[in-house]
Amino acid sequence: MYKFILPLRYFLKRRITHLAAAAVALCVFIVVVVMTVMNGLVSEFKDKNHDFVGDCIVGTDSLVGFCYYEDFLSELQKHKFVQAASPVVKGFGLLTQPGTGQNIGVEIIGIEPVGFCEATKFAQTLYYHKDKPSDVFSPTYNPALAGCVVGIDMISGSRDGAGKYHHGPEPLQIELMIICFPLTARGALAKAGTDLVNSKTVYYSDDSHTGLVKVDARTIYLEFKLARELLGMAGATPRASAIHIKFAEGTRLKAGVGKIKKMWNDFAETYADRQYANLLKNVTVQSWLDYRRGSIAPMEKEQTMLILLFAMLGIITVFIIFVVFYMIISHKSKDIGILKSVGVSRIAVLQLFVVFAALVGTVGALTGAGAGCVFLAKINDMEDWLFERFGWQLWDRTVYAIGDIPNDIEWQVLAVIIGAAVLAALAGAFFPGLRGSSKQPVEVLQVSQL
Amino acid sequence: MSEILRASGLYKSYKMGQSKIEVLRGLNLSVQSGRFIAIVGASGSGKSTLLHILGALDEPDAGSVEFEGKRLDKLGAGRLNQFRNKMVGFVFQFYHLLDELNVLENVMLPAMAQSGIVGWLKRRAGARKHAKSLLEQLGLSDRITHKPYQLSGGERQRVAIARALMNKPRLLLADEPTGNLDSETGNGILKILEELNGNGQTIVMVTHDEKNAHRAQRVIRLADGKIV
Repeated sequence: MYKFILPLRYFLKRRITHLAAAAVALCVFIVVVVMTVMNGLVSEFKDKNHDFVGDCIVGTDSLVGFCYYEDFLSELQKHKFVQAASPVVKGFGLLTQPGTGQNIGVEIIGIEPVGFCEATKFAQTLYYHKDKPSDVFSPTYNPALAGCVVGIDMISGSRDGAGKYHHGPEPLQIELMIICFPLTARGALAKAGTDLVNSKTVYYSDDSHTGLVKVDARTIYLEFKLARELLGMAGATPRASAIHIKFAEGTRLKAGVGKIKKMWNDFAETYADRQYANLLKNVTVQSWLDYRRGSIAPMEKEQTMLILLFAMLGIITVFIIFVVFYMIISHKSKDIGILKSVGVSRIAVLQLFVVFAALVGTVGALTGAGAGCVFLAKINDMEDWLFERFGWQLWDRTVYAIGDIPNDIEWQVLAVIIGAAVLAALAGAFFPGLRGSSKQPVEVLQVSQL
Repeated sequence: MSEILRASGLYKSYKMGQSKIEVLRGLNLSVQSGRFIAIVGASGSGKSTLLHILGALDEPDAGSVEFEGKRLDKLGAGRLNQFRNKMVGFVFQFYHLLDELNVLENVMLPAMAQSGIVGWLKRRAGARKHAKSLLEQLGLSDRITHKPYQLSGGERQRVAIARALMNKPRLLLADEPTGNLDSETGNGILKILEELNGNGQTIVMVTHDEKNAHRAQRVIRLADGKIV
């Protein structure tokens, strides 16, 4: 019983143990807050990428695209594990607003709105046509005009300092000129002479807010057939850049992608003797994670670096606990001698200090975790308050595509952090405890008389 | 009277810097059950060292100690802990009470040390009763919830005696029990020891005070690491 009474009394009586618990609490608080925000950002970023492209992408990076995609689409639609599949054409062009004399380079994505919204969550990124994406290329102010959807950050002034976007009740009638350089299936310029380019005037119909900075700042969405013509992919053997696929519920990503890969290999083999079969060699089948790896990997790397940094913070915690316990146990060597003189074993003395460390670790970890949860629950309110009062923001919303600061606590992560903090406390106390428990009673109880 | 304790050919030395100090040099001692023995000697004569060896708080370099016919050096760590817990009770010059525990808890400490949580829950009531009765015998019944720092020196030493007697040990070892007390208080402590001995308790007491030593039934003088 003394193994519980004594640690509790040591904890309540000695201020230095409060400092040790405070050190644990502070470390846990920081780790909980930063890991929650960072995990939230990474997880949110991954979700946005997933929403943007669907589950699986059969496509090519070549600007030429690939042929026979319609046949492969028909093949895909025969399988129940494929819930939706939609072709996409991609290319680059210049966007200019007539009268301004300015133009910018943009990525052009041609989509079939209904199919693409089934394969991806594109509909959710729209503002005016969220509920009826089939009409997204028909401007509400004149449905007869050729509409376009632009990345939300291409519309200047639509975002305020707090990061909120503002829209009128109807889209503004903005005329935009798209200029493209169509390519043949062999990769040569499709047009000769002075008229090298295809151009088309389109009208702002809606904007898309994917939350992906590069996409929202440099992408214009056009109707599939229009984009295909502008990019030179129409004709007797039409081409597409990719097919975006959504798997039926319950299909595991890896298994689904594996099946599509096999299907594609069989398809490419069947079409090997066709005229444009060489274009099929450029096509890859990737999961959304692999397809967007270039964007996601740097963030994951940052997350890994943060975890390493916090592992170092954990080592510092262990060291603080080590120092505190070293001091406490040095100060309590008389107690060790007394306990041993009444028959307490070395292991029991060690257990006493382990219980003491567990108490310090648990109290510190729970306090830090509790404070972290409260702080996270109020983090956005606090940021809003700071912005309103002092104009201060954690991230400049005019620059970063971040809405609210992520504050959803992952309880499993929280449990791991608390567990790790208690273990760190135990690790920090173990060696001083071992050293203390090894002392002979006579070493500490003898009063210099021989 | 049976022999409770026998020390044979005890040697003990300590290193002090470069030099080696020989404290005990082939000491022999026999203690009969129920006796009150005082060990006297000058400071540094090895009397406290002898007491620690007799109580298994320290080990001799050579020689052996037998308690009721069993050699202590042959006991494993667990049995030695049991020996310290049940067979001997220590009273130290500086009381050595745990500051974080109150008087009653300090007295119950040896009983707590011998049981786990479940065992302690079973025997707590009995241990509490016994501890209270010891404190009552020693005139401390009104001090059971006090912390050691709230007690006088004499009271602290009486608490230390109660703790030493908690597990009804066969042998009580007292190391300068009055060394830190004024003569009147020290006299009170010696009276308690005499009473305990009167009730059959075997006591070995270390003291440098000749007057105190003569309160015991037998006085052993230590000089140059040997009994003289």
